[in-house]
Amino acid sequence: MSTTAAPPRSGDAVPARPAVGRRRPRRSPATWLRGGGLSNLIFLLPLLVVFGVFSWFPIVRAVIMSVQETNLVTEPVFVGLDNFRQVLADPLLWKAVRNTLYFAFLALVIGYPVPLVAAVLMREVRRARGVYSALAYLPVVVPPVVAVLLWKFFYKGSPTGVFNTILGWPGLGPYPWLQDASWAMPSLVLAATWAGAGGTVIIYLAALTSVPAELYDAAEVDGAGLWRKVWHVTLPQLRGILFITLILQIIGTAQVFLEPYLFTGGGPNNATVTVLLLIYRYAFQNSLGGDYGAATALSLMLALVLAIFSVLYFRLTRSWSTS
Amino acid sequence: MTLSPTNGVPGGAPAVTAEAAADGAPGTTAPGPSGASGSSPGASSAGSPRARPRRATPDLGADRGALSESDWHRPSVRWGMGGTHVLLLVLLVVVGLGPMLLLAKFAVTPTQDILRTPMAVFPNGIEWANLERAWNDVEISRYFLNTIWLALGSWAVQIVVATTGGYALSVLRPRFGRVVQAMVLSTMFVPAVVLLVPLYLTVLDPPLLGRSLIDSFWAVWLPAGASAFNVLLVQRFFDNLPREVFEAARVDGAGPYRLFWSIVLPMSRPILGVVSVFAVIAAWKDFLWPLLVLKDPAIQPLSVRLPSIEASTDLGVFLAALAISTLIPVAVFLLFQRTFLRGAGLGGAVKG
Repeated sequence: MSTTAAPPRSGDAVPARPAVGRRRPRRSPATWLRGGGLSNLIFLLPLLVVFGVFSWFPIVRAVIMSVQETNLVTEPVFVGLDNFRQVLADPLLWKAVRNTLYFAFLALVIGYPVPLVAAVLMREVRRARGVYSALAYLPVVVPPVVAVLLWKFFYKGSPTGVFNTILGWPGLGPYPWLQDASWAMPSLVLAATWAGAGGTVIIYLAALTSVPAELYDAAEVDGAGLWRKVWHVTLPQLRGILFITLILQIIGTAQVFLEPYLFTGGGPNNATVTVLLLIYRYAFQNSLGGDYGAATALSLMLALVLAIFSVLYFRLTRSWSTS
Repeated sequence: MTLSPTNGVPGGAPAVTAEAAADGAPGTTAPGPSGASGSSPGASSAGSPRARPRRATPDLGADRGALSESDWHRPSVRWGMGGTHVLLLVLLVVVGLGPMLLLAKFAVTPTQDILRTPMAVFPNGIEWANLERAWNDVEISRYFLNTIWLALGSWAVQIVVATTGGYALSVLRPRFGRVVQAMVLSTMFVPAVVLLVPLYLTVLDPPLLGRSLIDSFWAVWLPAGASAFNVLLVQRFFDNLPREVFEAARVDGAGPYRLFWSIVLPMSRPILGVVSVFAVIAAWKDFLWPLLVLKDPAIQPLSVRLPSIEASTDLGVFLAALAISTLIPVAVFLLFQRTFLRGAGLGGAVKG
């Protein structure tokens, strides 16, 4: 790999370039070795092995498994699109899709504006801004499992639950929180928002610092007040990052698992079964042995939907980076 | 930390972060404009050893938000915004710190009091024994150690894969490098959910190994290394290192190994810090994957173990266990606040 290596035997006039190993006319094992082929391979080996075994191979395998009947006991059998048909015919799937969409919707309504408002306000803080950021970020540091278990305890439905006690001071409640089918999902979203909003606040704060001061100056010359500055300068400048967090939130909420699994286990009355929870049930909570075919079929369908958002995300980040 | 990088390389997103990370390279600890310190304007140029002249320096001389100096002199703004900020602070304390303080209180409250009067302040004294029973009887100490092992191993695997892979792709550039890079990048489009089942089956019966990895830490460590995000982050950073240094080292007779170990790695401390923070946090938070592959309770991490002891443990002791599990991450955060917030600011946008 080093340029000090012996020149290639075929005496062509290609100047030795620092980016080695391109356009060698003849390649015998000896020239490969001298050109640094071995050290290239050694350095790439960890990446190739780890990605090969734990990423590329499983991705290919997912596609194959989705058209097979696999139960680890007997040989896999090709069944065509039966797995997809079986999943699409499952009444629980549509419930899960609706629940997931509902979770995503609530997360948008509750969770999306909160960090933005907080960040725009925090940007104006002149003293001890670090304290604000640290406080906002603190819930993100709590391990998610701990956060869920703690909130589950807070959500206790009896009048002596923590939230019900607090809300009881002004005479509200008691509320059923997780026990009631219509309360359960908003409760999940509330906890998830608490756990995640801080990270988004920090992202917005970072983006806010790159809003050019001249734009505000110019707006002031034109006589804009605070609200018009926020509306006509701050928000348009954040446009890119707002779209990015939006798409990331959609991708994230579509794969929500931890909250429904730990808070409610999908209940009450399947009101919080999400798509990923259903995949988990197909594969790992099946008393008849894992239905891996159905599970991979469903995850591929979900992935296909999410891929649209991923592509959108990459296009957006790229187009904004060039503009 | 600008979120609009100028180069249109494939995979703009990782480029964003690498660009931003490279801004602070190498070895500078210039306080990020968003950083924990919202202190004096111009601090970022003073703190940086090589204050490069930039074309536009909007955030150096005038660190301002929507409100201008003259706005702040108006009483309505001063009182209105001041009041809003006090309110915001109170809200942040209640929402951000409140649950943590409650948890700390419950950790040392007798179970009967927690059940009957959760919000009363120690009506029947303090129960320190909760903590001790959680640590010893519930064996939180052991699960704690497991968590640390999992985090350390995942970190090591991720660092090895990302640095060697990034070095090969960025500096050595073999002829098949572009193909490898495209394949690594393409995995970013595949959501984690697709991997769940096939990865589980792969770990159950890995190729060429002949024995299952279930109930072994390797089942968590190795898949953690397959992070395209890390590889691209590191690779972009290496791309921005000065080529002349590499050439000089080569002229002086340094081979690829020497170049990697003595030149590239020491120059990439900032990016290794970012990758490390991400790796350790991710390992600490991970739940579903360890739940699937670590069946033996003796080697499970806290995240897996806590939900399964919930039903069988005395409530006071259980909450003490939760409090202990929270303590270390929160303490680490408070110690390395700036690194965390900077990492969240630049990497958060691209973490799925």
